[in-house]
Amino acid sequence: MNEQSQTPLPERPQLNRRFRLQWEESQQANVLLYPEGMVQLNASAAEILKRCDGEHTIDELISEIEAVFNETNLRDPIEGMLRAAFDKDWIL
Amino acid sequence: MSQAAIKPPFWLLAELTYRCPLHCVFCYNPVNYTETSNELNTEDWIRVFEQARELGAAQLGFSGGEPLLRDDLDTLVAHARKLGFYTNLITSGVGLNEKRIASLKQAGLDHIQLSFQDSTKEINDFLSSTKTFDLKKKVAGLIKQYDYPMVLNVVLHRQNIDHIDKIIDMGLELGAEYIELANTQYYGWALKNRDHLLPTHDQIIQAEAIVNRYREVIGKQCKLLFVTPDYFEQRPKACMNGWGSVFLDIAPDGAALPCHNARELPGLDIPNVKEFSIHDIWYDSKAFNFFRGFDWMQEPCRSCSEKEKDFGGCRCQAYLLTGDAAAADPVCSKSPKHNVITQAIHQAHAAKPQDGRIEHPIVFRTDKNSRDLTQPID
Repeated sequence: MNEQSQTPLPERPQLNRRFRLQWEESQQANVLLYPEGMVQLNASAAEILKRCDGEHTIDELISEIEAVFNETNLRDPIEGMLRAAFDKDWIL
Repeated sequence: MSQAAIKPPFWLLAELTYRCPLHCVFCYNPVNYTETSNELNTEDWIRVFEQARELGAAQLGFSGGEPLLRDDLDTLVAHARKLGFYTNLITSGVGLNEKRIASLKQAGLDHIQLSFQDSTKEINDFLSSTKTFDLKKKVAGLIKQYDYPMVLNVVLHRQNIDHIDKIIDMGLELGAEYIELANTQYYGWALKNRDHLLPTHDQIIQAEAIVNRYREVIGKQCKLLFVTPDYFEQRPKACMNGWGSVFLDIAPDGAALPCHNARELPGLDIPNVKEFSIHDIWYDSKAFNFFRGFDWMQEPCRSCSEKEKDFGGCRCQAYLLTGDAAAADPVCSKSPKHNVITQAIHQAHAAKPQDGRIEHPIVFRTDKNSRDLTQPID
């Protein structure tokens, strides 16, 4: 892994203004749009990124997601997803 | 290919006009662009956007020519944005003053890609046959001031590729988030000027090494995209990610094209948005189904294990260089016509234009040259 992965995650992650999160009817999925590109998101990634608003702390975000999917012990997969999103510059 | 197997278009390129204040020697616009008149009007474009968006297109590029020459650009951006498109303006910067950029921001424009021809005023202004270098720098400042993500695009060729470090420095200094270092693709005007533009293999290897060195240093600050010239590859590019697969180009006159240069290919019966809906064009037209899937392929593509990776390469390049649009892209070393590529490289380097003893002088993209070069069509 490169150095960036060692940087701690932001306390209140925020979607990078270079990316736009939106629902695409034709794909029945949320996507991230950016200059000349697009990433399709699965349901959990979309729920996580929607809460990257610069206000939710990571702990708050995790408890909300666990409520949405009616599950517990999601900390590891959520932090993993946030780490990947951070390394890709989706969140700051 | 069955209709059910056809995926919707993703990327809509709106070539609003072929008019352009620049005269770049590597322009991919058709050499006979002066024959194309009757630009689509505002209503036509809005209809195209609505229909393409309904099919699922998400990215919309406003291009040309110079899209800022259209007075209705702001209106078109506003409509596109309202429909949910991610809107990209692909511009030379000429005509982008503060009033205009503020109004585009208001309209919801998402991103601006600004082209430079070089890091030096001399080469930039020579290659575009204009005095635009200082103006472009001013425009880059405006793009940052209005908080747009900025992609700096520089087309590379023999005349500027050795300045690649200076070009990257310039991009970083201007605050670009992406720098696209795209080697010239040889279509249109660029093909006419190939002997002047084709770099040497050594130049490319050196340039790529410099790009990689910068990548290590600059990290997240800026992404460098280096597009190698396919003449020096052993396998062709996956052109358009496959014919009729993601890309839909609407030319200024409403011609719907599966790629920028499809107009040059024979027998496609190019449909026009003035006559057909985007749905019918994408799914049913002869042009968009012509090279879809793999049934049209000849050997060596047909039985090639890599056909799903590169789709046989570029149809326009196959046609322009072998005379057969269904042939393997001659860039591929498996192509029986691969020698046309090696010959082109040899010829370009034998020409030595720097001696001033060139057989064909460099041809700028001008209306006069376009008319002079246009062959009457039977």
